[in-house]
Amino acid sequence: MAQEKVEFPITGKIISVNVKQGDTVSEGDILCLLESMKMENPILAPVGGTVSEIGISAGQVVEVGEVVALIEY
Amino acid sequence: MLELFELGFLHLTWGSILMLLIGGVLLYLGIAKKMEPLLLVPIGFGVILVNLPLGGLMECIVNGNVVEAYAIGGEPAGLISRIFRYGLAWEIIPCFIFLGLGAMTDFGPLLANPKTLILGAGAQFGVYFAFFIALLLGFSINEACSIGIIGGADGPTTIYLTNRLAPYFIGSTAVAAYTYMALVPIIQPPVIKLLTTKAERAIYMKPQLRAVSKREKLIFPIMAAVIIILLVPKSAPLIGMFMFGNLLKESGVTDRLADTAANAFMNILTILLGISVGCFMSAEVFLKVESLLVFALGCVAFASSTAFGVCLAKLMNVFSKEKINPMIGAAGVSAVPMAARVVQKMGQEANPRNFLLMHAMGPNIAGVIGTATAAGIFLGMVG
Repeated sequence: MAQEKVEFPITGKIISVNVKQGDTVSEGDILCLLESMKMENPILAPVGGTVSEIGISAGQVVEVGEVVALIEY
Repeated sequence: MLELFELGFLHLTWGSILMLLIGGVLLYLGIAKKMEPLLLVPIGFGVILVNLPLGGLMECIVNGNVVEAYAIGGEPAGLISRIFRYGLAWEIIPCFIFLGLGAMTDFGPLLANPKTLILGAGAQFGVYFAFFIALLLGFSINEACSIGIIGGADGPTTIYLTNRLAPYFIGSTAVAAYTYMALVPIIQPPVIKLLTTKAERAIYMKPQLRAVSKREKLIFPIMAAVIIILLVPKSAPLIGMFMFGNLLKESGVTDRLADTAANAFMNILTILLGISVGCFMSAEVFLKVESLLVFALGCVAFASSTAFGVCLAKLMNVFSKEKINPMIGAAGVSAVPMAARVVQKMGQEANPRNFLLMHAMGPNIAGVIGTATAAGIFLGMVG
């Protein structure tokens, strides 16, 4: 199975995590909401598949390049 | 003596009733729709206040007689007409707002990718396009400048320039500039879609921008002020204040001043600006064919700025190896950060991997500099 690593494209603070491990997502689904530059920015699933790993929680501050989730498809 | 008991009701006209409704619509858009509430609420309430007869907020004394509407040559005698004269007509408030904007602006994305400066300049072609259309429609050159600058989507600059060149239009151009800024998410997407293919909108740009050093950020406002003002001297009040505000932010030793400029001072200025602009929109001043035409042309200016920005980005792609997403050109109109947000949202829609926000902030901020410079060029030309 192929795996896609989703990374944060921007530094910010996580407002909410919208999926959990084992969830099935389709391309374009919101994985989490990130507050950055005083805006709410959704981080989307680049592919459809199953969330095999997600290790973030609301309130956490993240940097560019940190992993949002792994998606298997 | 009887006049003391005169009721406002008896002096209501159809025009003032219509303006009261317009004030109500502006309040509705600001409060219920949350469109630019910090501006539309003061402007909307100002419109209502000034159109209640005999209130005298905009009173002026002309040749010894008190007149109800603001008179450009007269002596201001009302609460708001005084603020309008000494704050706006003397060009103090718009310039100081630029000080606050400077203290809020992070030039990082622009410095990380200086190519985007060109896009910020490109969108200004829309300003000149609208300028020529207005000339063709028979507006004078001064009026055409004020109408064109609306395309820059920059409120303080629009007010500054209009006040210099066509002060009687200040209500229409200011309200047009702020309304269209609030309407960025509605006006821009169709223009962008018309000019790009889905594949172009889906062009992926790597998220990581180059790290910008503290020293670069410190030197930039000083260098930018010197170079731009030497090139376009008439841009000195706006660009000078903008870069001064940014220097306060980046110097690292004037945090207190930067904080006041960006927050408390900015809020005070926004209150004074909003209520003064609103009060300028009395029925006798605003309800004229020319004023309404200005409003309509503002939309043309805005849409064409967006279009020119996108086209320039596409042109840049022809010559550069690393492709940019042409939509970031649309962020070259200066409505910060709304235009960048629109690009971000459309980029994600076209390709969920895309995250164009920071890439779009570069042209967006460059657009502010571009519009203020375009205003300086107009002033040098005709002022």
